[in-house]
Amino acid sequence: MSAGVELDHVTVRFGEFTAVDNATLDIKGGEFFSFLGPSGCGKTTILRTVSGFLDPSEGMVKIGGQNMTGIGPNKRPTALIFQNLALFPLMTVAENITYGLRVRGVDKTARTKKANELLDLIALPGQGDKLMSELSGGQKQRVAIARALAVQPKVLLLDEPLSALDLKLRQHMRSELRSIQRMVGITFIYITHDQGEALTMSDRIAVMSDGVIQQVADGKAVYDDPATSFVASFVGENNPFVGIITRADSSYAVVDTLFGTLRGRNPKGLKVGDKAILFVRPESAKLGTGAADTTFSSKVKSVAFEGNMTHVFLEGVGKKDVTITVGRHSSADIPAQDEIASVTYDVDLGLVLPEGKMARE
Amino acid sequence: MTSKLIMKGMVGFYIFLFFFYLFGPLLVMGITAFNTPNYPQAYPFEAFTLDWFVKLWNHRAMMEGLRNSVIIGLGVVAISVPVGLAASIIMNQIYHRARGLYYLVTISPLLTPGVIIGISTVIFWKDVMSITDVTKGLFYKGIILTILGQASFVSAYCLLIFMARLTRFDRAQEEAALDLGASYPQVFWHILLPYLKPAVVSAVVIGFLSSFENYNTTTFAILADKTLVTVLAGEVRQGTTPALSALAVIIIGFSLLGAICYEVAKRREQIRADRAQRQAQIAERNEVEAIA
Amino acid sequence: MLLGIIFIALVAFWTLFLVALPYLYMVVESFHPNLPPIRRGGPDDFVTLTQYKSFFVTPNSGTVNWTHMGAFGFSIIASIAVTALNFAICYPLAYYMAQAGTPQKVRTLMLCLIVPYWVNEILRAFSLRLLLASKGLINQILMGTGITDVPIDFLGNNTGLYVGLSYAYLLVMMFPLYNAIESLDRNQIEAARDLGAPWWRIHKDVVIPYAKPGIASGCTMVFMLSAGSLAAPQFLGGPRTLWFTAIVYDFFFQNFNWPRGAAYAFILLTGCIILVMAMLRLFKVSLGETIK
Ligand SMILES: Nc1ncnc2c1ncn2[C@@H]1O[C@H](COP(=O)(O)OP(=O)(O)OP(=O)(O)O)[C@@H](O)[C@H]1O
Ligand SMILES: [Mg+2]
Repeated sequence: MSAGVELDHVTVRFGEFTAVDNATLDIKGGEFFSFLGPSGCGKTTILRTVSGFLDPSEGMVKIGGQNMTGIGPNKRPTALIFQNLALFPLMTVAENITYGLRVRGVDKTARTKKANELLDLIALPGQGDKLMSELSGGQKQRVAIARALAVQPKVLLLDEPLSALDLKLRQHMRSELRSIQRMVGITFIYITHDQGEALTMSDRIAVMSDGVIQQVADGKAVYDDPATSFVASFVGENNPFVGIITRADSSYAVVDTLFGTLRGRNPKGLKVGDKAILFVRPESAKLGTGAADTTFSSKVKSVAFEGNMTHVFLEGVGKKDVTITVGRHSSADIPAQDEIASVTYDVDLGLVLPEGKMARE
Repeated sequence: MTSKLIMKGMVGFYIFLFFFYLFGPLLVMGITAFNTPNYPQAYPFEAFTLDWFVKLWNHRAMMEGLRNSVIIGLGVVAISVPVGLAASIIMNQIYHRARGLYYLVTISPLLTPGVIIGISTVIFWKDVMSITDVTKGLFYKGIILTILGQASFVSAYCLLIFMARLTRFDRAQEEAALDLGASYPQVFWHILLPYLKPAVVSAVVIGFLSSFENYNTTTFAILADKTLVTVLAGEVRQGTTPALSALAVIIIGFSLLGAICYEVAKRREQIRADRAQRQAQIAERNEVEAIA
Repeated sequence: MLLGIIFIALVAFWTLFLVALPYLYMVVESFHPNLPPIRRGGPDDFVTLTQYKSFFVTPNSGTVNWTHMGAFGFSIIASIAVTALNFAICYPLAYYMAQAGTPQKVRTLMLCLIVPYWVNEILRAFSLRLLLASKGLINQILMGTGITDVPIDFLGNNTGLYVGLSYAYLLVMMFPLYNAIESLDRNQIEAARDLGAPWWRIHKDVVIPYAKPGIASGCTMVFMLSAGSLAAPQFLGGPRTLWFTAIVYDFFFQNFNWPRGAAYAFILLTGCIILVMAMLRLFKVSLGETIK
């Protein structure tokens, strides 16, 4: 049983400060949905609003089509996995897992049965009597998931649940989470500032910055068709070229930049005279010369060989370098330091977006 | 190098002096409890005797005082521990700016001289209880006034004990329980209270002991009744008898016993925690191997 | 909901009936004339400053009340002296435990500190009396070794009083000091030492400024406790020594003049609070930091 979650013009303020600004979203039942954004952008605030720990200052939250205004966290069909897990250290593993059933008045035998079921699911069979302090990080992680699933929520909310684990385990748990989600079939709302996690696990992603939802789309669209300069610079690597549009039609635009006039796609329908940024991803750029309005050149600052690929860093504007990533089997010669290198790109891989905020490095 | 040695020697000598100051008087008093002369004397040691303990046992007033002290101690604990607990929980809920004032009010009994607490308690409750003759007859008693007076500052001790533990409490646990469907009272009984259990034990012990040995407040509030400490004070004022030393020996004996029990319990807990940690490490290692 | 109401009720009972109202009543009482119960509330019962005036001018005779003002001044000054003494005694050990000792050693030292304090104030005063009395052990030693022929009157010359007060509140100074110094990063001291600072400068420039809130709270508590103490002056003070709380005590139990006793208690409380505030201001510590 799963339920969709709708945010209807939700704004959350702490005093003067707006942590979430007019968020409108429709998360479908059974979806694996992620919120991605840098630290402090309001992700946790959204999650706490959905789970009922915070009331929206404006707008409303609907779960399964039902307005949740005035319904406390203990009455909502959601379960939250906390950033620090918040397991109960004085209870055993089984007591932790079945706590939600205990407060619902489920009798002991039924609880034991459910505990064993869930322990099997999270691959900790027969370990129900252990104390929390006897478990490893990954095991605690799984117990937290089992505890949340035990109450059969319609929506599972996860607040950076993997951030406490080390890298290897984190990657391993990604696939485990995804498979658990497929198995139980409920809606997962997942929060992270790690784009790798968001891209690999999610059906759809909402990218946030400073309380504003920048884009909602699937991973591929977020990467290939970022809606704003923030998304373009936050998700994956990108080279921005700032300038003013000198020519534009419905599909392409030419931007006058410090590297000359450069052309790219114009999905936003920008007009001549608009301030704009042309984005070219490092792997979309090639060494060499092409059409005049998709070619620029600059001095090579350094070259970094990384095995399967090589990064070439060219002098850019200010401190920021222009990065080119050359694949292992590219025919181009890697230029030496201080040489002037010429770079070109496929015009459909250059993207012109209105000038706006960029993600901090 | 030698200067370091001198330094070390000086530190050692200082610590020795400090504890000599701390224990010396008690030690001397302890010896007098077993010496025969009527005037408590440590030297010369004339002959070993246990008579003073027998005298103590037969001291009617002291035994009555002891009984009252225990009743008062229990009464104070029964009021102060719940009050301190409630006060600490409210402290966490209260609006940020009001917290300072609330803290000052609740902690003020600790900064007030005990005699003043005693005096104000007597003056206030005398008037309150004198509303009718019946209430006056029933409640205007030394024991009850003493319980009320002592509870005023023992509650503040309890508050501090609970607060110290609550600051280390992870509020997310409360929220986790709520999120799993628990009601607020269930969160209190299932999550918060078990977490506070060690603090409850400390509050009971410390509350009882500070009630038991209180003099300043008690001496005003006790009226015509007596507690062990007020009887003792009377004895000391009148003169000196080795029976008092005998009492001190018994108290020191009990406190040593308590200290040892506490230490043993602490060690046990440490061993358990170490074992759990070792298991967690093993689990961690297995996990890493399983992925690799 | 119900639980919340119970909590609020408990705290309200405490702060109102055990703290605020009794204080208020005491203050009100101090503005009344001393009347037998039947005439209370009658025509003679009016608000008056008589009780406060009597602190400065002896009623009946109309002379300046040097006795009581002197006792007040002596109590305050002696308490300041005891506070300074205890700071000097405790600081080195607190520093040693907090910065130099191994955890195991510190635990043992802590236990050794706490155990003697389970013996109550009266018995501790009693034990000092056994040492300091004219027939006491110290005089026995002094006379036995021929240092003096006549016993030194330690109690009469107030040595007993100072020692007794210091001894009674040693721990009250020790713990805040220890807690404050303990949280100081050892590296800061190392750094200062590397820069070639002599040891006394390290304390003056690094440790003491850092531990200031702890020092302030230790000193405040010792001062308040000794100024308000009853046992040590009663049992260890000389016959001519008049401690201010003893005067208050006598108004309650010998002269049955409660209003005047209440007025004196209020004078004591205000005097102490003003002094503590002034000291905190002088050393630039905020009250908030002190009572943490
Ligand atoms: N209770 C609160 N009162 C005031 N400000 C708050 C409160 N909770 C959060 N904020 C502010 O709201 C902003 C968003 O916080 P939030 O916790 O939602 O960020 P986040 O995206 O989850 O960040 P992180 O990745 O660090 O967890 C932050 O700037 C934070 O300081
Ligand atoms: Mg967060």
